[in-house]
Amino acid sequence: MTKKYDKLVTNAAGRVVPEIINGQPAVPFMGVGKYKPTGHTYGPVISSCADYPPDGNKLLTSLREALEMCGLRDGMTISTHHHFRDGDLVANQIFDIAHDLGVKNLIWAPSASFPCHEYLIKYLQDGTINRIEGSMNGPLGKFTSLGKMTGLAVLRSHGGRYQAIQDGELKIDITVIGATCCDPFGNANGLNGTSASGGLGFALADSQYAGKVIVVTDNLVDFPCVPWQIQGNYVDYTVLVDKVGIPEKIVSGTTQITKSPDRLLLAEMTARFCEVAGIIREGFSFQAGAGGTALAVGDFFYKIMKDKGIKARFARGGSNLYLVKMLEEGYLDFILDGQTFDLDGVRSMAMNPNHLMTTPFTSYNYHGKGNFAGLVDVAILGATEIDLDFNGNVVTHSDGYLLHGIGGWQNCLFSKTVIIPIPLFRDRIPVIVDKVTTLCGPGELIDVIVTERGICINPLRTDLIEKVQGSNLPLVTIGELKEEAERICGKPEKPDFINEIVAAIKWVDGTVIDSVWKLAE
Amino acid sequence: MNFKKSIGTAGNSGGKTRSDCQVIVESADSGGIVIDLKSKVKVLYGKDISRQIHEILGFYGIVNARVTLVDSGALSWVIAARIESAVRDLSDTNLSWLMPVHTNMIKPTQADKRRFSRLYLPGNSPSLMINAFLHKPDGLILDLEDSVAPEKKPEARVLVRNALRSLDFGTTERMVRINQLPAGLEDLDWLIPHGVNLVLLPKCELASQVLAVVERIDQIQSRENLNGNVWIMPIIESAGGIANAVEIASVSNKVVALAIGLEDFTADLGVRRTAEGTESLFARSALVIAAKAAGIQAIDSVFSDVDDMVGLRDNVIRSRAMGFDGMGCIHPRQIPVIHENFAPDSEEIEKAKKIVVAFKEAQANGLGVVSLGSKMIDPPVVKRAQRTIDLAIELSMIENNWYENLSL
Repeated sequence: MTKKYDKLVTNAAGRVVPEIINGQPAVPFMGVGKYKPTGHTYGPVISSCADYPPDGNKLLTSLREALEMCGLRDGMTISTHHHFRDGDLVANQIFDIAHDLGVKNLIWAPSASFPCHEYLIKYLQDGTINRIEGSMNGPLGKFTSLGKMTGLAVLRSHGGRYQAIQDGELKIDITVIGATCCDPFGNANGLNGTSASGGLGFALADSQYAGKVIVVTDNLVDFPCVPWQIQGNYVDYTVLVDKVGIPEKIVSGTTQITKSPDRLLLAEMTARFCEVAGIIREGFSFQAGAGGTALAVGDFFYKIMKDKGIKARFARGGSNLYLVKMLEEGYLDFILDGQTFDLDGVRSMAMNPNHLMTTPFTSYNYHGKGNFAGLVDVAILGATEIDLDFNGNVVTHSDGYLLHGIGGWQNCLFSKTVIIPIPLFRDRIPVIVDKVTTLCGPGELIDVIVTERGICINPLRTDLIEKVQGSNLPLVTIGELKEEAERICGKPEKPDFINEIVAAIKWVDGTVIDSVWKLAE
Repeated sequence: MNFKKSIGTAGNSGGKTRSDCQVIVESADSGGIVIDLKSKVKVLYGKDISRQIHEILGFYGIVNARVTLVDSGALSWVIAARIESAVRDLSDTNLSWLMPVHTNMIKPTQADKRRFSRLYLPGNSPSLMINAFLHKPDGLILDLEDSVAPEKKPEARVLVRNALRSLDFGTTERMVRINQLPAGLEDLDWLIPHGVNLVLLPKCELASQVLAVVERIDQIQSRENLNGNVWIMPIIESAGGIANAVEIASVSNKVVALAIGLEDFTADLGVRRTAEGTESLFARSALVIAAKAAGIQAIDSVFSDVDDMVGLRDNVIRSRAMGFDGMGCIHPRQIPVIHENFAPDSEEIEKAKKIVVAFKEAQANGLGVVSLGSKMIDPPVVKRAQRTIDLAIELSMIENNWYENLSL
């Protein structure tokens, strides 16, 4: 059996990482922008129209039939996407079928996992699934932390996933794309149908590079399905099922502006910082995230823009009611939508030519000729921990458990100003620590930390420090924030890790930036 | 120390509880201290929590006990309060387990300090206390009265005492609403030595009640060798209280403000509380007059619909027009609305600036009479203008050196 990992080295960030992951060589993180890839992108085999139905009808009767036609067998890599978020009904079915067929040692490569995928733990335990390459949330993360996954888990950002597939580092054998609208040829989108979920951008890389491509829908339309967010020319088989997603769970709970006074205060301080620092100016651009605080920041931006008569050129990221309102009222020229968070976003994308679907290729891919995330003036992001060197963690908590995926977080660090609004402590858990439990983003890319008890600017950003000098913003140093947190909470102990790696954290260029270590149950 | 019963409990757990814990102490004859700790922060603070349990039980001389502590991220001062309360529930001890106080957190306040807003916090809910001062109310009220269930009163006292000793309130005035007398007098023992700026006396009807509070505070201060002012804000909540308002306002120089509580007042009158408040118009006016006659602040009742910001604003504007200096609030989001509308508006500030400038010029020219255009300005008008300017500076509405900048 393949060793989970081998050849530990210390990378440029001082973290111990493996050079062999699941039997494949991996490059340790070398520093931001230091790793230079060579060679060519991955190429799937050449197809021929002669092998496909001349009438374009690729419809099969069931997902099982499609998987069998794709030659599902032991050791394959199967990918799915999180457009249906916690309402996804596709991924679990695939592995039910694989289990029925007695297929073993599969690699699941989702663009993200959600609580509904806790269901798959039984297949991780019985050997149907060897490992997950993608993200591990909640129970799946805990399962991973306890060292129960057979293979080594690999976590990638949305952009890193595109990069890995494009570079041939992650070879997808079969991808199953859930779509809320599809024609028999395989043209598909997420805009129409009862489970409408918006853009299908996360599936682009899979459609382009996977060995076999299946589109599953509960809303089959006659050719042509427009717009074709997924092009049927990449698709092998189409399948009509009863239901691809649970509509009420597709719109997740993090799409409402927070009502917590403390979080609203954080959001207001963040917006105020951007105002004082001159970031909110005519024609600026911002990253719009999910999560109550990020949404609230957007809403405070909107108020400031309204007061001052300022218009933004574009917002990129997750779209929702609040962003759509700005677009429709003329405070925003474009929404560059990476992920559609609510039905207002879906409606707008379908109707408004200035609300555009983007993909991890356009927005995030680091092995491309530039990407949109780098063009954004300000990104408002979260973190579970930030350390004294401004390094950020988004995947593990201070108790050591892996609980979240990276999402687009690493990719958004390349925006011109990165601001992280976070409470100084959550219940009793300090957020500012000596050293992050898991390094996900190097401090040189993180510019401002906003807490309810003070704002600190990365000393590297002398330009920002200069701009806000003399303002009444409560500026502090990161050391002062950490002391304040420990004065209130006490100095926390570190978790007792077992000397064994359970997951590798990839940087945007495919190098290994850190490892997640095992915990005792 | 004798045990009253075999199991003592305190605190809260389960459901949506945050930043709190539940402690169950069960006395035993042998076996030492056995701890069952369930905590979401066990990895980070499990050892510290166990140490705290041993330390506090040791202080009370308890050597054998089973302790169950269900923690949802409580800070150490909360855990200490809950352990102490469980021991007090179990036994007849009178000892207090005090955490060190950060004295630089506790600052005296002026009698005529600005009191636009004061935020009520339930005295037995630690999660709401921790960050409340960040929303910058003028005062924070740790409430021992109506927001605490009767059976939780003893543990709320311990919690409020620990909060006073451990929490930094920033520049916010540290207030506690005690229980209605006589129970409220006993509450004072738990507050006065621990850095409280102002005590709210609810359901006050008689000047003698204020005097009883003053006397008790004096006793505690001399016993503990403390000095410094602890201010009193009687809350009038009945027809009888209104009838005695003048006397209550002026009975002691520790009384710095008179507040009205309209829920109880309207109940006492047997009328419904309305938005326009006609039913309490006389009472509110009478309270304002009583307060102003005594040279103290008049404070309006809370506005209880936390979602209705327009209604709140209208209410504040009416209050201010009647002569009130501030009002209570029950949610942080009410604070900015209250502050904005109690603050002087730009027209008032400009007028005040002109008056102050005229006064300074008259002084510089050695003139006894201040005039603005063709009008003579009386000294009280100058004084009020200066107050408006001071407030505007305090609220960052004008620069500290506006006058100097004017002459440039």
